[in-house]
Amino acid sequence: MSISQAPALTAHVDGIGFWTRGLPTWAAAREYALNGTQPTDAPARPSPQLLPANERRRAPETVAIALEVAMAACESAAREPASLSSVFASTHGELAITDYMCATLAADPRTLSPTKFHNSVHNAAAGYWTIGTGAMRPANAISAYTASFAQGLLEALTQLRDDADAVLLVAYDGQASGPLARMAPSEGLLGGALVLSREGAGPRLQARLVPASTQAPATAPLSRFASANAMAPMLPLFDVLARGEGTAILPAGDTHDLHVEVTP
Amino acid sequence: MAPLAIRACTATSAVGPGREALAQALRDGRSGLRRNDFGDDAGTGRLDCWIGRVDGLETVELPTSLMPWDSRNNRLAWLALGQDGMREAIEAAIARHGAERVAVIVGTSTSSIGSTETAYTALENGEFADEFARPHVHTPHSLGEFVQQATGIRGPCITVATACSSSAKVFAQAARMIAAGLADAALVGGVDTLCGSVLFGFNSLQLVASEPCRPFDASRNGLSLGEAGGFALLERADDGDTGLQLRGYGESSDAHHMSSPHPEGLGARLAMRDALARAGIDAAEVGYLNLHGTATPANDSIEAAAVASLFPDALHASSTKGWTGHTLGAAGIVESTIALIALERGELPGTLGSNTPDPACGPQIRFAPQRTDIRYAMNNSFGFGGNNCSLVFGRA
Repeated sequence: MSISQAPALTAHVDGIGFWTRGLPTWAAAREYALNGTQPTDAPARPSPQLLPANERRRAPETVAIALEVAMAACESAAREPASLSSVFASTHGELAITDYMCATLAADPRTLSPTKFHNSVHNAAAGYWTIGTGAMRPANAISAYTASFAQGLLEALTQLRDDADAVLLVAYDGQASGPLARMAPSEGLLGGALVLSREGAGPRLQARLVPASTQAPATAPLSRFASANAMAPMLPLFDVLARGEGTAILPAGDTHDLHVEVTP
Repeated sequence: MAPLAIRACTATSAVGPGREALAQALRDGRSGLRRNDFGDDAGTGRLDCWIGRVDGLETVELPTSLMPWDSRNNRLAWLALGQDGMREAIEAAIARHGAERVAVIVGTSTSSIGSTETAYTALENGEFADEFARPHVHTPHSLGEFVQQATGIRGPCITVATACSSSAKVFAQAARMIAAGLADAALVGGVDTLCGSVLFGFNSLQLVASEPCRPFDASRNGLSLGEAGGFALLERADDGDTGLQLRGYGESSDAHHMSSPHPEGLGARLAMRDALARAGIDAAEVGYLNLHGTATPANDSIEAAAVASLFPDALHASSTKGWTGHTLGAAGIVESTIALIALERGELPGTLGSNTPDPACGPQIRFAPQRTDIRYAMNNSFGFGGNNCSLVFGRA
């Protein structure tokens, strides 16, 4: 069987969460994608209600945005967060902590902060999410460079096909900082989350691996709005979801794209 | 679940390269731990602890085409790929299915961050010096990309990073991917190497022992860190197959704390129960369980209680961290390889370095090795964030 005959995996998109600076909700992102209007009072930082107020301010930005969009997706799907298994996809994880770790190790390794250390794991957001919501269902955390979102989506879809009724997919990347920024570039803060179900009420999504082709840079509104963030490869799908139907081609690795079709 | 054939399996750790070195060290009770000699001893000096270090990584030379990915971690991946017929098994899978129908799913906690740390010690005007300025090394997917480049596999390629459960979860993700028809075979595994982040990080949490770790010992006082790499090649099982198989997996979250296990081991129990259910077997049918057994006071007593709540007294369960150290994101593949050795040869390891049983731990926890044929072997891997995975292996 060749890749072109790879099976299609399907799901219903029951809930969507979205946050980036300037477009702090999915409603705002959708409004911008359809009409070009932006809210005037967007906050500079997500404020996930899942965390206690003191932790909300201290949490790494990528943890904050992951929790914010994950909760928004669950609320719009009217799903109890603890009932969902979850897949967290991030290209680089929390770059500010990687920068802190490396700078501290170079300067004075014995002063390394234990909190920063346990927040440095790639599954930090997954950990805080399961702790905050009481979810004992499986949580995965992956990276696949520019294919991180597409591979996260595939993992979520195969979980649905396996034994989950609904799965939460959360994708995010944050601001690069320090000397590492030129090696692992990423601007701003961008997160998206989908609650995917087998038999929900939302639009139907069908994904299929196809041979990679050269794609022109995405020009739809959301794709342009946050194009410098490392999770930008997910944006063509959110542009399609904003329109309610259409097809997005997402990078899925050296040899594949993920062809994702959304129908109402 | 439909069984998956394990066509090849290998692990390279502090006890040596490949499965035979591992089996021999297990048999001989020879630890790979040594007094910490990792990194520069200048400045603040090395931590007073023992480590499971893999010899010879400093002199591994990658082919020119792979130099953009050169790092200690990827060198260990390269070394591990060269053992136990793994390359031949990968080539055979590519020949059978086509390179695009084989997936790479590998786990790591810190990937090549050791190279990023080194780059920070030699910044030039605040920037990476040219020799370190290789972007594909300084990101978590460095490992997955390297393995893909090094093997010619062209299917989906993913790096799983759920801390110390990473290279156990890769088996679960591969099973789902193959079941869904996205691939016909998968190279799974994991690699983690010693670096400042984990040595000083675990030290900051006061989880590192100054002596070799003593899992489940009444006087245990922390873990010994190690490095390791390993791989397994998975395929749909055929009728008439003989040999080792993945039979079940179970995953769960503790939903409790970022770096402490759930006090009643609820997440661990869920993962083990789910793995048994997927395998369709009773707990009493398991002959060997390789425990997470890090030798931290909290992990071991909680894991032992979780095991005692599910398994009969006759189960032989042990921690092999006394041989390899805690190899973090590689623990899943290394200890799955040990479970497979037990299954294949009937050699069930004990718990090296431990002498005084903790009365809080049940009769399942064994310090002495045992020679007996078994039908099923299991492995537990638990990670930060309360991320748990258990695997069940059997024979066709």
